[in-house]
Formats: sequence, C-alpha cells, structure tokens
Amino acid sequence: MKNALLEVADLKTYFPVKGGLLKNTKEYLKAVDGISFTLEEGDTLGLVGESGCGKSTTGRSILRLIEPTEGSVKYRGAEVTSMGKKELRKLRKEMQIVFQDPYASLNPRKQVGSIIEEALSTHGIGRDSNERKGMVLDLLEKVGLNATAYERYPHEFSGGQRQRIGIARAIAVNPSLIIADEPVSALDVSIQAQILNLFQDLQDSMGLTYIFIAHDLSVVKHISDKIGVMYLGRMVELASKDDLFARPSHPYTQALMSAVPVPDPTIKKERIILTGDVPNPSNPPTGCTFHPRCRSCMEICAEIAPKPVEISPGHVVSCHLYDPEYNCAT
Amino acid sequence: MSQVVTESKTEGLVGNMPEAAKPKSYWSLVWRRLKRNKGAIIGAAILLFFIIASVGAPILSPYPMEEMKMENRFIAPSADHWLGTDEFGRDILSRMMYGGRVSLMMGLVAVSIAGIVGVFLGVISGYYRKLDIYIMQCMDILLAFPSLLLAIAIIAVLGVGLTNAMIAVAISVIPSYVRVVRGTVLSLREKEYIEAVKALGVSDFKIILKHILPNVLSPVIVLSTLQFGTSILAAASLSFLGLGAQPPAPEWGAMAYVGKSFLLNAWWMSLFPGLAIMLVVLGFNMLGDGLRDALDPRLK
Repeated sequence: MKNALLEVADLKTYFPVKGGLLKNTKEYLKAVDGISFTLEEGDTLGLVGESGCGKSTTGRSILRLIEPTEGSVKYRGAEVTSMGKKELRKLRKEMQIVFQDPYASLNPRKQVGSIIEEALSTHGIGRDSNERKGMVLDLLEKVGLNATAYERYPHEFSGGQRQRIGIARAIAVNPSLIIADEPVSALDVSIQAQILNLFQDLQDSMGLTYIFIAHDLSVVKHISDKIGVMYLGRMVELASKDDLFARPSHPYTQALMSAVPVPDPTIKKERIILTGDVPNPSNPPTGCTFHPRCRSCMEICAEIAPKPVEISPGHVVSCHLYDPEYNCAT
Repeated sequence: MSQVVTESKTEGLVGNMPEAAKPKSYWSLVWRRLKRNKGAIIGAAILLFFIIASVGAPILSPYPMEEMKMENRFIAPSADHWLGTDEFGRDILSRMMYGGRVSLMMGLVAVSIAGIVGVFLGVISGYYRKLDIYIMQCMDILLAFPSLLLAIAIIAVLGVGLTNAMIAVAISVIPSYVRVVRGTVLSLREKEYIEAVKALGVSDFKIILKHILPNVLSPVIVLSTLQFGTSILAAASLSFLGLGAQPPAPEWGAMAYVGKSFLLNAWWMSLFPGLAIMLVVLGFNMLGDGLRDALDPRLK
C-alpha cells in the first residue's frame, strides 16, 4: 500500500449568485458539492465529466486558487484549507497546475526563459541568475524543447510547444503533485499523444502524482490509474481504471462509455443518448441530480440524493440502483 | 517510448527553425507597425514642429517676446511680422513660440499627474475588488460633470492661476485613466497566466509590478497621447475664460481671448493661436490613433 499523498473529503465550493433589487446573495451555485477521494503517491487520478460539471473548480479548489467553501483537503496529512499565507506559499512548491489553454497560460510579454525562471526565483531555488539559467535550460530539454527557446516569446511557438513550456514551468519547482486541467484538450490529436507521453515520462522520472482533468475518456484511460466521473459537482462513480471500463455501473458512466468511438466498424454497440441538457447547477434537480436524464430512474431518485456505495473494493458508485436499502433487485 | 522522444525532438527543432530571425522584442515590433502608419507619422511631424519651435523659442523667435513698440500696433501678417502684431505692437509669432512652452507644459503636467494617480487607483480598483466599488463611485461622480465645468469648479475652489489650472485639468482627466486601467486589470486578472503565477506562489505586489503593469502600459500610452491633446485644449479653454494663464503671459488660449476684443480689425490675433491649438490637438490625436493600432496587433 502506497502512502496517501492527497486526501480530499467532502470538498464543497459554492459561488454566491447575486440577484434581486438589493443585490443580496439569493442562492449559491454549487460548482463542487461534496467530492471525496484519496490519491496515493505516484498515482494518477483522472477526472472526467461534461463541461460545467465542476472538474476544473475541483482542481483549483484543491490548490486554493479558488477558496473552497467547506470540506477538507489534506496534503501529506497537513490540512490545506486552513493554511495561512506563508504555509500556502510553501505548499505551492509541492502542488502545481498545468492549464488547458496554452495560448492563455503564458504571459505574451515575457520571454520563455523568464517565465520559467520566475518559478525558480519565487522559491529561492538556485543561487544566482546564472545557475537558474542553467536549470531552465535543463528543464527545456526535459520537456523536449530546444535551448534556443530560452529567449523567444510565447507567440513564436505552436500549441504543443507552448504546453511543453507550461509543463516546464510546473515541474521547475520539483513538485510532487501536478493538477493537469485539460492539458491536451486544446491540442490536435497527434500532439495530444506526444504531450500525454511527456506527462508519463515525467511521472516515471520524477515520481509525480497527477490529477488529470479531461472530458475525453480515451485520454483519461491512457494515463490514469483511478478514474472519477463527475456530474453537476458530484462524483457519481470512482473506481480503478480497469474496474471502471470493465464494469461501468452508474447510468451516467454507462452513457459516457457508450459515446466513446470504437475504431472498428464491424462492432455494433448500443449508444445511450442522454436527453436534455445539463441542468443549471444553481438550481439542480432534487434527489439525485442525474435523475431527469437517467434511463433507470426510479421514484426514489427524485426525492433522496443517493449515498456512495462501495460495490466492490475501491469501486464507489452514488446511485440508488446499487443501494440495497432502496433497490431489492440487486 | 523512444519513438515518442524522437518525435518530440523533431517538433522542437522544426519550431525553432528560423534561426536567422532574432527574437523580436515587443517594442521593436510596435515601432515597425507605427512607421507604416501615415497618419501617425504626420501627427508626430506636426508635434515635432511645435515642440522644436517652443523649446527653441529663445533662439528661434524673430523678436523678443515682451518687446512693445507702439508704432507697430496691429500690423497685419507681413514679411517683417509673419503672423502680425498685437495691440501693444508685440510680435505674435514670437509670443506664440513662447506660448507653446506654456501650453505643452500644461498638457505634460496634467497628463503626468492624471496618469500616475489614475493608474494607481485603476490597478487597485481592478485588482482588489473590495475597494472597487468605493473608488469607482468617486470616479463616476467626477465623470458625471462635463470635464470643463468640473475644472472651472475646481479652480473656483483653488483660485485662478496657471498651476491651479493644471491641477484642475489633471483631476478632470483622472477618471478616464481609472476606467481604462481598471478595465484592463479586470480582464488581466482572469487570464490563466496570472493564475499560473499565483499558483507559483508569487506575491500580489510582484504580480502587479511584473505582470499587470507592463500589460497596462500600452492602453495607458494611447490614452495619454489622446488626453495630451484634450488637456491642452482644456487648459487653453480655461485661459480663454480668464481662469488659467493671466495676461501678459503668452498662453495660446489667453492670446485668443485678448484677440477676441479686436476681432474685427485684427483677426490674426485670435486666429493663429487658435490654429496652433487645433494643430497640436490634431497631431496628438493622429499619433494616438496610430499608436493604438500599432500597440494592438488584433486590429492589424
């Protein structure tokens, strides 16, 4: 059993929605509504779900780039949510983030070298600027870029190369955990594979732990050990990769799985098409938030929110279908 | 895996192919774009002409500024006095060259004060959202007054004079700086690269200094060029109303005001100072428009 690097328990991030004549807070948008998981050192957790389901907010809340409303995030046993400014600064060295849009995540006015060097100088890594320059050149090589990139500007690079620069910045401080917020979804497919391989190489060589956010199941399948499926701010299913793909249990996961294209025209498979749109997260459906779109919906689903049920070791589903209390069929 | 490594190396090499082309800095690109803009060059030429004439006034002016010759009163533009003389026989061209110093200085001082205060307030307002509402409501109150009326009101409090006119113009210009800077900061702070720097643990002060301010610079430069013209016009208007520079100080607005009494028999007394104001404001506007195009690559 490996050590737990990150323990997230019942994490909630609500955004106040202001409305009415007096602009008082009327309701909350529940972007993240009670997420729990444990991540072991060296593992990769994939987070999947439709856009707007709170994947990115979860990542940013763990880093406290967005302040979580409730719940606990423990990094190596230390509570992150209650950290003061100084402790948080130290934590920044341990947890880093790679962003989705490589065109927006690099300051267009700065040379690549100084973008990466800022990570080093902020944490006092390297004795002087000469040593830091050497370290930056090493980092550029590590992510597969030429040393001439050092004094170029971000606009001179392609999307894939920029994402490499973003990765170099993230690994510059030698972190243990990297939250990758859809790092390949802005790239075309051939570059996606390269960047995914780079992520895996770095994981092997630096012993990194990833939270890999994506909306593409095949990407997540490629890189993850564990996969969490999110819907409207909640984790509907959490299982090891093999378990999830062998036995997708939540109706939402099944629907997602059926949408993954299979590169073989002779295989006929049933495509579950969800009706309707994702409901408004500031006014989610009662009970199970998925029930209006669920094909196995029961009466109870509209009334009571399902509790997480462990259907096999490490495979947790939040659905009444698997809760013996409500469904005798299973 | 080795195959992937080769692939990535190739990508790196291909991307860095144009080895000969030195990385162009941002400002050299801006300069290149500006040079191609005819309007901006004409505007800059007009301004350069006025700046040289004003700065070089002691050497270039054909007559001493204060020299009065009663026999030379109200001479129409001629070979001796290119732009004519006024009611005391003073050479208008010489006085205008000296007057340019006052006008340009007023613009410079007003824009500098307004720029420094406006950028400071704008950055604070945009970055620290809790202070935003207080600062912006003060600015909205200032904006609610027509700027000339506001300047007159401020002079009514501070008293008549050149320095107070500069302060009054500066105060009336501050809100437009705050608005522009705040808007830019608001859009910047949501950018992922600012979030990335935050995730690195960089302090707020450094984020503002190293990432926000450089990006605010280009809209501020454009605004300053445009406000320069507006300020000169406002200062001249105040002087014309008798609230700014006081006669016999050779300020363009004041000269136009004095000439107003003799408009029927000595039209040149008001016309040329007025033309100078118009040309300088036009020059600043043309240069400002060109700068905006050059600094904003999206419009290219």
